[in-house]
Amino acid sequence: MTVQFSPAAGHDRFVGRAISRVDGPAKVTGLAKYAGEFTALDLAYGVVVSSAIAKGRITGIDTAAAEAVPGVLKVLTHENRPATSTKPEDYQDAVAPPGAPFQALASDRIAFSGQPVALVVAEDFETARYAAALVRVTYATERPHTDITAQADAAYDPPMKRAGIKPPPEPWGDAAKALEAAEVRVGAEFRMADEHHNPMEPHASTVIVEKDGTYTVYDKVQGVSNTHDYITSAFGLKPEQVRVLNPYLGGGFGSGLRPQYQLFLAMLAARDLRRSVRVTLTRDQMWSFTYRSEAVQIVALGADRSGKLTALRHDAVQGTSQFEDYQEVVVNWSGVLYECDNVALTYSLTKLDTPTPGDMRAPGAVTGVYAIETAMDELAYATGQDPIALRLKNYTERDPTEDKPFGSKALRDCFRQGAERFGWARRDPAPRSMREGRELVGWGMATGIWESMMMQSSAHAVLGADGRLEVGNSTGDLGTGTYTILTQIAADTLGLPMEHVTTKLGDTRLAQAPVAGGSWTAASSGTAVMKACRAIAEQAFKLARGMENSVLANVDFERVVFTNGRIELAGDPGTGIALTEVLRATGTERLEATGDAGPDKDFAQNYEAYTHSAIFAEVKIDEELGQIRCTRIVSAIAAGKILNLKTARSQILGGIVMGIGSALHEESMLDHRIGRFMNHNLGEYHVPVNADIHDIAVIFVDEEDKANPLGVKGLGEIGIVGVAAAIGNAVFHATGQRIRHLPITLDKVIGAD
Amino acid sequence: MLIDSGSPGAVGTIGITLTINGARREIAVAPWTTLLDLLRERLDLTGTKKGCDHGQCGACTVLVNGTRINACLALAVMQDGAEITTVEGLASLAQTEGRNSLHPIQEAFVEHDAFQCGYCTPGQLCSSVGLMNEGHAKTRDEIREAMSGNLCRCGAYTNIVDAIEDVMQQEVAR
Repeated sequence: MTVQFSPAAGHDRFVGRAISRVDGPAKVTGLAKYAGEFTALDLAYGVVVSSAIAKGRITGIDTAAAEAVPGVLKVLTHENRPATSTKPEDYQDAVAPPGAPFQALASDRIAFSGQPVALVVAEDFETARYAAALVRVTYATERPHTDITAQADAAYDPPMKRAGIKPPPEPWGDAAKALEAAEVRVGAEFRMADEHHNPMEPHASTVIVEKDGTYTVYDKVQGVSNTHDYITSAFGLKPEQVRVLNPYLGGGFGSGLRPQYQLFLAMLAARDLRRSVRVTLTRDQMWSFTYRSEAVQIVALGADRSGKLTALRHDAVQGTSQFEDYQEVVVNWSGVLYECDNVALTYSLTKLDTPTPGDMRAPGAVTGVYAIETAMDELAYATGQDPIALRLKNYTERDPTEDKPFGSKALRDCFRQGAERFGWARRDPAPRSMREGRELVGWGMATGIWESMMMQSSAHAVLGADGRLEVGNSTGDLGTGTYTILTQIAADTLGLPMEHVTTKLGDTRLAQAPVAGGSWTAASSGTAVMKACRAIAEQAFKLARGMENSVLANVDFERVVFTNGRIELAGDPGTGIALTEVLRATGTERLEATGDAGPDKDFAQNYEAYTHSAIFAEVKIDEELGQIRCTRIVSAIAAGKILNLKTARSQILGGIVMGIGSALHEESMLDHRIGRFMNHNLGEYHVPVNADIHDIAVIFVDEEDKANPLGVKGLGEIGIVGVAAAIGNAVFHATGQRIRHLPITLDKVIGAD
Repeated sequence: MLIDSGSPGAVGTIGITLTINGARREIAVAPWTTLLDLLRERLDLTGTKKGCDHGQCGACTVLVNGTRINACLALAVMQDGAEITTVEGLASLAQTEGRNSLHPIQEAFVEHDAFQCGYCTPGQLCSSVGLMNEGHAKTRDEIREAMSGNLCRCGAYTNIVDAIEDVMQQEVAR
């Protein structure tokens, strides 16, 4: 069914405007509570003991000293771990990759550094932390393999594909031959660092044991339904025995998609001790699960002298754990972005002794687009083309990997508006041609791309006799603005002021919705909320029409509008009835409805859906010290309808800032001798700080899309994609040095020849 | 009010007096308890956040006698006699200065969308007030530099600077 979000459905009074977030007051007063902040009278504190080795087995674990500390309730290890499901598939959450998920304390085997080996539970946090330091563990150590370069020869095509992740398309044409014959060739290996999400809120779970023996769980997760189903299957509980909530998430970026081990341990201890338990991970333990695994990438481009692509190869080998085949889309983007007759794309995995990598903001695209967009800049220089002109020469109106048109693609407008705002026309393309005092100045650009998706989602809406509306579902607001945009959509659909609408999220008692990720939440939950409210509108209209002497007696639903809390004849505001009056007069306590949304099959059959961006970056580099500052970014985004200009802009700003981190700062450093991330703290793993971030301009170009009635395409990921390439290209323009290994740190700038 | 804190069984407690958000409290606190854990785990003031527990992220920033500090690096017993303002007390701080409702910096953060997930926000807010109390930062560059002890992973930095600049200009105009 196609439902158009037309003005007739409401008055579009809130959707599309810059509106402050509805959860703002709670967040600036400290009233917004996060998973590790809920409590119970019988709350006990669990502290995790982490493995000191990356591979091998535990030969002995001495918990006597810890258990002897007054206030310690229990020390759980693999030796005394209470039974849970023995079937590996019971630990596979909704977004798990193929494989056997990690289970904490399952055996004496160690599969990665920092693996939890014990949980110390005590009456208070300090005692648990102190006692955890007294647990003595001895190991039989084996040599870990964590170096992707050394393991690249053992790369394999994953036998089981991860659901929702498209493998590379079959090659077309003959890329090898065309490359050989090409008039101009560029090609190189691209590297980047392992990155960790590091949301500001460390992962935490509070498991409250209720009087009736059921569990109320507050979990740091991007979708409470995922946690709920994981707990019930792993612990053999009935669905109604567990309620999971997470009203606020202190940042996710993908790290909260899958339930993590602190949840499992908190549940294990709570069930065992029959009392409430909270487990909060330390910041250094945030390096002991999920990360953006680096990929070794080779991109080779062939073109004629004018820059028209004749051959494109993009090969990537990415790391995964020994126990799961994590996969993401790394190379396909190259095939989607450009028109070329001879294309070969490959993606393979290699096993490392690390935790399973996971989705991190624009997973795969950050990695792959960095490589292709840097290579395109190299081709621009090799053919003497302006980087934008080169991209326009190879522009495609169809997705070549599927041979279907795009539902919408306003990338040309992104190039034009972004370039104008940035002042790109004033750029002298010669490297080292711009300078300001002791600093070299560089201008670079790149394209960004992300998939636009919808997921099956429901939402429930209840209109009370007082005219107040409550809508909600179980998805999470990661700081993305979901509370706000759903409130806007609901208010507009039923013609209510936003203050009369309450949106509830992050509770398994609400309507079912998937994890919040992949940029699909606005389209999916937004459409579901709109449909639920539309159904209430129809119910209210039927009641109104049936009222005695109703002014709407002979009117069709299509001819009324919902505005100012009233149902009115379109174009005749005087003819109408207040919603509260409809409910009062008909003795109706409340109206409620559920809306369901999912991918539009007709659309999916005929179109491919992507968001696009053009990113322009300015860097200033101290020539002697090599210090790099990213002083200016302009990002022009084509992502369909923008629901809220304020929160949308913030999402893009956030993506750009993380992109600057990826380009210049972020690097989890493995010591391959011991298989451990060595800089596991925020002092040594550098994320951008305020002083690193200068001027950023965000432009939303007009784009009409028809994948869903809202016209929304999603914004969570597109902001970050291509940022690192734009900055790297600017570094080349400034210095003449092509650095193909992120992050671009000053040692590389000074040391490169 | 006497509040037990920490783990008397293991290390015993010491009596201290703190004025927190204007309320005087007598507290028996274990010497290994940080100001941050005291606020969050004993006094139910969870507005102050724990992001790293190492003084590297600034999420735990509170005002002690008007000066911004990392509450995770301060043992509670060392703050005996101090006046502490947390995010929960910012609004009443504004009220003692003769204003109503939220502190201007809280309003500016909402208006400029200077946060997304909200987890670093209490620290950013207290740090902003501390920065304005110090009176050194005048330009955007100086604000950026002086706010660099407060990490924001959602990347709201430019909006945070906008919010602080806005409040500074309001102060000048007053």
